Amino acid sequence: MTHLYIEGIGLRGLGLNGWAQSAPVLAGLADYAAAPVEVPLCPLLPANERRRAPKTVNLALAVAAEAFSASGRSPLTTPVVFSSSGGEGETIHGILSTLASPQRELSPTRFHNSVHNAAAGYWSIGTGATSASTSLCAYDDSFAAALIEAAAQVAANQPVAMIVYDVPYPAPLCLVRPIGAAFGMALVLSPQPSAASLARLDLTLRPGACAAPTAAPLTLDYLRQSTPAARSLPLLAALAANMASVVSLDYLTDMTLTLQITPRPAPGWQA
Amino acid sequence: MTVLGLSDFSLVTCLGSGRANTMSALRGGRSGLLPCRFDTLPLAAYVGEVPGLDATQLTGEWAPFDCRNNRLAALALAQDEFLRTVAQARARYGAARIGVFLGTSTSGILQTETAYRHRDSSGALPPGFNYARTHNTYALGHFVRDYLRLSGPAFVVSTACAATSKVFVSAARMIEAGLCDAAIVGGADSLCATTLFGFHSLGVVAEGPCRPFDAARNGISIGEAAGFALLEKPGDQHGPDSVLLLGAGESSDAYHMSSPDPDGKGAARAMQLALQAAGLAPSEIDYINLHGTATLAGDASEDRAVSHLFGNKIPCSSTKGFTGHTLGASGIVAAIISALAIQGGFLPGSPHTNHVDPEFSSAYALRGRTARLQRVLSNAFGFGGVNCSLVLGRAA
Repeated sequence: MTHLYIEGIGLRGLGLNGWAQSAPVLAGLADYAAAPVEVPLCPLLPANERRRAPKTVNLALAVAAEAFSASGRSPLTTPVVFSSSGGEGETIHGILSTLASPQRELSPTRFHNSVHNAAAGYWSIGTGATSASTSLCAYDDSFAAALIEAAAQVAANQPVAMIVYDVPYPAPLCLVRPIGAAFGMALVLSPQPSAASLARLDLTLRPGACAAPTAAPLTLDYLRQSTPAARSLPLLAALAANMASVVSLDYLTDMTLTLQITPRPAPGWQA
Repeated sequence: MTVLGLSDFSLVTCLGSGRANTMSALRGGRSGLLPCRFDTLPLAAYVGEVPGLDATQLTGEWAPFDCRNNRLAALALAQDEFLRTVAQARARYGAARIGVFLGTSTSGILQTETAYRHRDSSGALPPGFNYARTHNTYALGHFVRDYLRLSGPAFVVSTACAATSKVFVSAARMIEAGLCDAAIVGGADSLCATTLFGFHSLGVVAEGPCRPFDAARNGISIGEAAGFALLEKPGDQHGPDSVLLLGAGESSDAYHMSSPDPDGKGAARAMQLALQAAGLAPSEIDYINLHGTATLAGDASEDRAVSHLFGNKIPCSSTKGFTGHTLGASGIVAAIISALAIQGGFLPGSPHTNHVDPEFSSAYALRGRTARLQRVLSNAFGFGGVNCSLVLGRAA
């Protein structure tokens, strides 16, 4: 069992454009209105980089910037864990289409944008952060994987940010790998409570399939079921509700990750 | 950092399968690079191809995972005593207490390259194409975890050419945090058109075999490889010849997506953090296995970083002239070659490198030689400016 403190949250999804706007919806205090995902072009990047950066990168950087801004922590010295259930769809489709054509010359920019750690690279360049970053994939369980990696880093007594994001593939890849909708979320996490802490999170990883993964609020559960990064919604809803609760996540079909959430004002939240 | 033992490791590169073949090529100075015959690529390049992969299908239970990358992984797992060592660890800890943290850059994308050439008139991919178990970045982790009958925490790290170094760091943290007791680390990267044409588009693929640190170096030779190690806390299973992970360091360049910081500041920082984690002074390192891919900018940047930190006394070499640049697998290849060098008392040289760049000041070893190596540092750097250095050492 490991524990950590949440200091900042970033969120972008269908009708969920920013944590401040989304929290009342997730807490059931405001009606959900489906609306397109708004991904602002990242102000961290110089204009030419911003234009060249693919959609996954802009999404990841938008939620990362939001979470850092809320936490007040400096990105310069905070390690980052990026996680996505697959690659940069548009970029990979472009490369594969070119390679299947008679003229197989690739664009160098498209090639460097195709790496799974493109978002981490742009983040480091945009913020000037020279601390460590990692970029993970665990298919449908990429959110749980990021949480475990982040928890292990926090256990080593360092703050860390985790950024989890997915963008649907274009055809024909979307036919073999359907992803519901673009979704990105970020958490800034720390080993000790601080003035910015919103809640304490206790993680337990157990062998055995998760009998009943926690669902997201009704109108949003289709997102959780269709988009790997949106498997974070039950945790985000619990944080928005600001009540002590437990969230269970399925991890690799044969493990269960349990998250115990203790909000800031609750007794014992620092224990 | 908590010290961990490499209880066993296995490797397949173009030098051959297993530890004995690898060591014999290193000792003999025999490069595995050959003119590119892979696929039908009209590229003037040398590659480090593992022979026979086309003929070794994964069948039965493993058929859905069948692709070049997973075939290469299966071949590496089958080398030496690795499967037996893993079975012993499984009996000791239980399958759910052994993590699987692997790295790759392109996983089984070759499968999708082929599928794209066989799209039907509606543009759909051919039936039978299995995205999740071949192309997806996690496909490698899924395959190896199932193949080894393990059920602990797992993910795939994909940080370009530093991926299979960074998995050592993740595994060490997971074990330290108590999320698992032992871990399989390593990974695989296999030849595909995406990387061959991709690096070609960047103008960094050499026409001849790559010549790391040579004054006349002109680019990389792409190779393929799979390698795995079992990491666990030091115990009775580790004799004096065992190799330990003593420290690791990670950093980011914050400079450019595909070019290294010319001053090598990020690389130097990763090496410095690795030494710090191991509690060692630079002078206590006996050999550095360089990233040294033979690009003009990359080698110059690494030489600057190494010279800055180590001066010009610690012998170093890149072994990319033997194996080619195995991209996402280069970290585990470097780590295992370093471990073999420690165990075999042999400091590897650098085939195809004839005249070290006169601008360089590190102590580059052109030819292999017998040497007692107590502690070795190995480097892996990748796109996105991601750097990772590992310090490995002899147990006694």
